[in-house]
Amino acid sequence: MEHDLPPEDRPHAMHDIGGVSRFMCEPVDPSPHTLTAFDREVDAIRQILGMKQVMSVDELRRGIEALPEADYHRLSYYQRWMLSITGTLVAKGVFTEAELAAALRDA
Amino acid sequence: MTLAPGTRVKVRDDWPETRGPCHIRTPHYLRGETGTVVRHLGDFPNPEDLAFARPAARLPLYHVRFALPAIWPEPHAGDEILAEVFGPWLEEA
Repeated sequence: MEHDLPPEDRPHAMHDIGGVSRFMCEPVDPSPHTLTAFDREVDAIRQILGMKQVMSVDELRRGIEALPEADYHRLSYYQRWMLSITGTLVAKGVFTEAELAAALRDA
Repeated sequence: MTLAPGTRVKVRDDWPETRGPCHIRTPHYLRGETGTVVRHLGDFPNPEDLAFARPAARLPLYHVRFALPAIWPEPHAGDEILAEVFGPWLEEA
Protein backbone atom coordinates (compact mmCIF):
# COMPACT_ATOMS: atom_id res chain seq x y z
CA MET A 1 0.00 0.00 0.00
CA GLU A 2 1.05 3.61 -0.53
CA HIS A 3 1.65 4.34 3.15
CA ASP A 4 4.50 1.80 3.16
CA LEU A 5 6.32 3.87 0.52
CA PRO A 6 8.85 6.52 1.55
CA PRO A 7 7.17 9.97 1.73
CA GLU A 8 8.77 11.07 -1.55
CA ASP A 9 7.18 8.20 -3.43
CA ARG A 10 3.61 8.52 -2.13
CA PRO A 11 1.12 10.10 -4.54
CA HIS A 12 0.78 13.17 -2.32
CA ALA A 13 -0.25 16.61 -3.55
CA MET A 14 2.51 19.20 -3.99
CA HIS A 15 1.41 21.25 -0.94
CA ASP A 16 1.26 18.14 1.30
CA ILE A 17 4.99 18.17 2.05
CA GLY A 18 5.21 16.95 5.67
CA GLY A 19 8.01 14.41 6.04
CA VAL A 20 9.20 14.81 2.45
CA SER A 21 12.99 14.92 2.77
CA ARG A 22 13.45 17.29 -0.17
CA PHE A 23 11.87 20.02 1.98
CA MET A 24 13.23 18.85 5.33
CA CYS A 25 16.73 19.65 4.04
CA GLU A 26 15.85 23.24 3.12
CA PRO A 27 16.38 25.99 5.69
CA VAL A 28 13.22 27.71 6.94
CA ASP A 29 13.18 31.49 7.36
CA PRO A 30 11.29 32.03 10.64
CA SER A 31 11.62 35.84 10.70
CA PRO A 32 8.39 37.87 10.52
CA HIS A 33 7.52 38.96 7.00
CA THR A 34 6.41 42.53 6.35
CA LEU A 35 3.11 42.64 4.48
CA THR A 36 3.18 44.66 1.28
CA ALA A 37 0.31 46.82 0.03
CA PHE A 38 -0.37 44.06 -2.52
CA ASP A 39 -0.54 41.43 0.25
CA ARG A 40 -3.03 43.51 2.25
CA GLU A 41 -5.18 44.19 -0.79
CA VAL A 42 -5.35 40.52 -1.78
CA ASP A 43 -6.26 39.57 1.79
CA ALA A 44 -9.01 42.22 1.84
CA ILE A 45 -10.41 41.01 -1.49
CA ARG A 46 -10.57 37.43 -0.20
CA GLN A 47 -12.38 38.56 2.95
CA ILE A 48 -14.95 40.52 0.92
CA LEU A 49 -15.51 37.55 -1.42
CA GLY A 50 -16.07 35.35 1.63
CA MET A 51 -18.44 37.80 3.34
CA LYS A 52 -20.46 38.14 0.14
CA GLN A 53 -20.43 34.35 -0.25
CA VAL A 54 -18.88 34.55 -3.70
CA MET A 55 -15.91 32.32 -2.84
CA SER A 56 -14.96 30.33 0.26
CA VAL A 57 -11.56 29.88 1.84
CA ASP A 58 -11.81 26.19 0.89
CA GLU A 59 -12.15 27.17 -2.77
CA LEU A 60 -9.14 29.45 -2.31
CA ARG A 61 -7.08 26.53 -1.00
CA ARG A 62 -8.18 24.20 -3.77
CA GLY A 63 -7.22 26.83 -6.36
CA ILE A 64 -3.78 27.22 -4.79
CA GLU A 65 -3.28 23.46 -4.77
CA ALA A 66 -4.22 23.34 -8.48
CA LEU A 67 -1.51 25.82 -9.56
CA PRO A 68 1.24 24.41 -11.78
CA GLU A 69 3.94 23.08 -9.44
CA ALA A 70 6.66 25.38 -10.79
CA ASP A 71 4.42 28.42 -10.19
CA TYR A 72 3.46 27.18 -6.73
CA HIS A 73 7.09 27.13 -5.58
CA ARG A 74 8.06 30.35 -7.40
CA LEU A 75 5.20 32.62 -6.28
CA SER A 76 4.81 34.45 -2.99
CA TYR A 77 2.08 33.47 -0.54
CA TYR A 78 -0.32 36.21 -1.66
CA GLN A 79 0.56 35.84 -5.33
CA ARG A 80 -0.73 32.28 -5.02
CA TRP A 81 -3.91 33.65 -3.42
CA MET A 82 -4.38 36.14 -6.26
CA LEU A 83 -4.05 33.48 -8.97
CA SER A 84 -6.43 31.19 -7.10
CA ILE A 85 -8.97 34.00 -6.71
CA THR A 86 -8.88 35.09 -10.35
CA GLY A 87 -8.95 31.48 -11.60
CA THR A 88 -11.91 30.61 -9.38
CA LEU A 89 -13.87 33.74 -10.31
CA VAL A 90 -13.31 33.10 -14.04
CA ALA A 91 -14.40 29.46 -13.58
CA LYS A 92 -17.55 30.64 -11.76
CA GLY A 93 -18.36 33.17 -14.47
CA VAL A 94 -18.00 36.24 -12.22
CA PHE A 95 -15.86 37.76 -14.98
CA THR A 96 -14.22 36.47 -18.14
CA GLU A 97 -10.53 36.05 -19.01
CA ALA A 98 -10.97 38.86 -21.53
CA GLU A 99 -12.45 41.20 -18.89
CA LEU A 100 -9.59 40.33 -16.53
CA ALA A 101 -7.00 41.00 -19.24
CA ALA A 102 -8.65 44.32 -20.09
CA ALA A 103 -8.76 45.38 -16.44
CA LEU A 104 -5.06 44.54 -16.02
CA ARG A 105 -4.23 46.50 -19.19
CA ASP A 106 -6.09 49.56 -17.90
CA ALA A 107 -4.69 49.33 -14.37
CA MET B 1 -21.95 7.86 15.83
CA THR B 2 -19.26 9.86 17.58
CA LEU B 3 -15.95 8.21 18.41
CA ALA B 4 -15.15 8.35 22.12
CA PRO B 5 -11.82 9.62 23.46
CA GLY B 6 -9.36 6.75 23.73
CA THR B 7 -10.75 4.89 20.70
CA ARG B 8 -7.98 3.36 18.58
CA VAL B 9 -8.47 4.38 14.97
CA LYS B 10 -6.79 3.73 11.64
CA VAL B 11 -6.65 6.46 8.99
CA ARG B 12 -7.90 5.15 5.65
CA ASP B 13 -5.06 4.30 3.25
CA ASP B 14 -6.89 6.13 0.47
CA TRP B 15 -5.38 8.37 -2.20
CA PRO B 16 -8.04 10.54 -3.89
CA GLU B 17 -5.14 12.52 -5.42
CA THR B 18 -4.69 9.62 -7.86
CA ARG B 19 -8.30 9.82 -9.05
CA GLY B 20 -8.65 13.44 -10.14
CA PRO B 21 -9.14 16.99 -8.79
CA CYS B 22 -9.70 17.02 -5.04
CA HIS B 23 -9.05 18.94 -1.83
CA ILE B 24 -7.92 16.64 0.97
CA ARG B 25 -7.22 17.80 4.52
CA THR B 26 -5.78 14.47 5.72
CA PRO B 27 -1.98 14.65 5.31
CA HIS B 28 -0.36 11.91 3.27
CA TYR B 29 1.90 10.83 6.14
CA LEU B 30 -1.09 9.80 8.30
CA ARG B 31 -2.80 7.59 5.69
CA GLY B 32 -2.82 3.99 6.86
CA GLU B 33 -1.48 4.94 10.32
CA THR B 34 -3.09 3.99 13.63
CA GLY B 35 -3.68 6.54 16.40
CA THR B 36 -5.90 7.35 19.36
CA VAL B 37 -8.89 9.72 19.46
CA VAL B 38 -8.20 12.55 21.92
CA ARG B 39 -11.50 14.37 21.56
CA HIS B 40 -14.37 15.27 19.25
CA LEU B 41 -13.83 18.92 18.26
CA GLY B 42 -17.33 19.47 16.85
CA ASP B 43 -19.08 18.97 13.52
CA PHE B 44 -18.03 21.04 10.50
CA PRO B 45 -19.02 21.22 6.81
CA ASN B 46 -16.91 18.84 4.74
CA PRO B 47 -14.05 20.92 3.21
CA GLU B 48 -13.70 18.33 0.42
CA ASP B 49 -17.09 19.59 -0.87
CA LEU B 50 -16.75 23.25 0.18
CA ALA B 51 -13.62 23.44 -1.96
CA PHE B 52 -15.77 22.83 -5.05
CA ALA B 53 -18.71 24.99 -3.86
CA ARG B 54 -20.81 21.81 -3.48
CA PRO B 55 -23.39 21.30 -0.71
CA ALA B 56 -21.37 20.05 2.27
CA ALA B 57 -22.55 17.68 4.99
CA ARG B 58 -21.44 18.45 8.55
CA LEU B 59 -18.91 15.84 9.64
CA PRO B 60 -17.37 15.10 13.05
CA LEU B 61 -13.81 16.40 13.38
CA TYR B 62 -11.43 14.76 15.85
CA HIS B 63 -8.09 15.41 17.43
CA VAL B 64 -6.17 12.17 16.89
CA ARG B 65 -2.80 11.47 18.51
CA PHE B 66 -0.14 9.43 16.69
CA ALA B 67 3.10 8.14 18.12
CA LEU B 68 5.73 9.84 16.01
CA PRO B 69 8.27 7.02 15.55
CA ALA B 70 5.92 5.15 13.24
CA ILE B 71 5.54 8.14 10.93
CA TRP B 72 8.49 10.51 10.91
CA PRO B 73 12.17 9.80 10.30
CA GLU B 74 14.66 10.73 13.04
CA PRO B 75 12.14 10.82 15.91
CA HIS B 76 12.95 11.72 19.49
CA ALA B 77 11.63 9.53 22.30
CA GLY B 78 8.10 10.53 23.27
CA ASP B 79 7.46 12.62 20.14
CA GLU B 80 3.90 12.51 18.88
CA ILE B 81 1.68 14.14 16.27
CA LEU B 82 -1.71 15.64 17.11
CA ALA B 83 -3.79 16.06 13.96
CA GLU B 84 -7.33 17.14 13.08
CA VAL B 85 -8.98 14.35 11.07
CA PHE B 86 -12.56 14.16 9.80
CA GLY B 87 -14.64 11.12 10.80
CA PRO B 88 -15.00 9.50 7.35
CA TRP B 89 -11.20 9.17 7.19
CA LEU B 90 -11.16 7.04 10.36
CA GLU B 91 -12.05 3.42 11.00
CA GLU B 92 -11.89 1.68 14.36
CA ALA B 93 -8.60 -0.19 14.66
